[in-house]
Amino acid sequence: MGLISKAKLLIWLFPVFALGGIFPEGGHATEAATAVAAGASYAWWVWALILFIVTLIMGVLAVLGGVGGGVLFVPIISGFFPFHLDFVRGTGLLVALAGALAAGPGLLKANLASLRLAIPVALIASTCAIMGAMIGLALPTNIVQICLGATIIGICILMLTAKKSEIPDVPEADRLSSALAIYGVYHEASSGKTIDWKIHRTVLGLGLFVIIGIMAGMFGLGAGWANVPVLNLVMGAPLKISVATSKFLLSITDTSAAWIYMNKGCVLPLMVVPSLVGIMLGSFIGVRLLKIAKPTFIRWMVIGILAFAGIKALTKGLGIEFM
Amino acid sequence: MAQESQIQLEASEEQLVYAKILEKGMLVGLGILFITFALYAFGIMKPYIPLNEISRYWGTNVTEYLHNTGIEPGWAWVTMLKYGDFINFIGIAILAGVTVLCYLVIIPTLLRKKDFVYAVLALLEAVILAVAASGILGTGGH
Repeated sequence: MGLISKAKLLIWLFPVFALGGIFPEGGHATEAATAVAAGASYAWWVWALILFIVTLIMGVLAVLGGVGGGVLFVPIISGFFPFHLDFVRGTGLLVALAGALAAGPGLLKANLASLRLAIPVALIASTCAIMGAMIGLALPTNIVQICLGATIIGICILMLTAKKSEIPDVPEADRLSSALAIYGVYHEASSGKTIDWKIHRTVLGLGLFVIIGIMAGMFGLGAGWANVPVLNLVMGAPLKISVATSKFLLSITDTSAAWIYMNKGCVLPLMVVPSLVGIMLGSFIGVRLLKIAKPTFIRWMVIGILAFAGIKALTKGLGIEFM
Repeated sequence: MAQESQIQLEASEEQLVYAKILEKGMLVGLGILFITFALYAFGIMKPYIPLNEISRYWGTNVTEYLHNTGIEPGWAWVTMLKYGDFINFIGIAILAGVTVLCYLVIIPTLLRKKDFVYAVLALLEAVILAVAASGILGTGGH
């Protein structure tokens, strides 16, 4: 292996080792005691500052890696920080919600996010997110942690294998989408063409949003990782419309689940505000860096970090020591 | 035909109304959240849980946290707005609540356009979000 390759490998693995090495962690049995001890050993502002810095980095990586901040937030913060999963999930939903609220208005005004497509999808996803939140808060923490780990590893596989289709071939709109008049037009700046779009397999797509909603609510994850493939590959919406509608959709799905977590008492402002500011500022920097960064390399790094965090969540739930 | 395409290229009336309310709600919510957090973090408003004691609780599950701190779940935070930590819930509630308002505001537009199916869907969504927000579905711990 050449010197440059070794250097690249080190850079790639740095965030993984940094997360594993810096933040203290105990086995499942001693989780609460270790967490309390670790949390109490630093001044409150140190934790707020660390949260801010880590979420800032997450915000940058999320934009460059093409994932939502929420999907990075929950496994990493619950795996490597002394905060209980209940508070991490509540914060994760609010972080994803704030990102969606910030992006939503612009995407709607530009007619990239389709309200017409989002309304029926959101009705199903948000109802199921409420159910998911209630299930997630009723189950023992270690079971949720195991399921979270398995889900994150599944997301990595999805990111590695899922294909994208810029403008999927939809020969004919199905009866339900025709009845609901879910179609539109957008201007593709890269080709200068005006694209007419319609969707198909609406019933199957809506059915998949039952699962997506439950998972989003249960784990406090933003669900962009699942929204986009379903809207794009299953229902046949163009990639740009899928990405924009997915981002806007999170503002509705995460709202419903966030209220459940809030009403249960799972929101600590000292965790929420530094994380929210960090992710938003990081996203802003990420958008600027997008012009010079190598997205493929960053995407591989994000998948690596996610896989590591997924394994960590899985082993933590199973009570197995891991780094 | 060209005129029809131009109309479709632009966002619908209800979509623009929704976007406008969402934008205002987001800005107001975030603005209030940042101000109230500054009041909390800089010690201008006394918190219910002292800042140097919060780390004792964040490692426990929410049931233990509520039990150990004596905090009531649900909308009880409204009665504790004199504390620096609970005043932050105003901004958080606005961020989490603005979507309900967006849905309610577009219903008259949809009805005027005789889009009854979407008016019903929007009303249903607003009801579902309001139920989630109300705390009817349960409050407090596991």
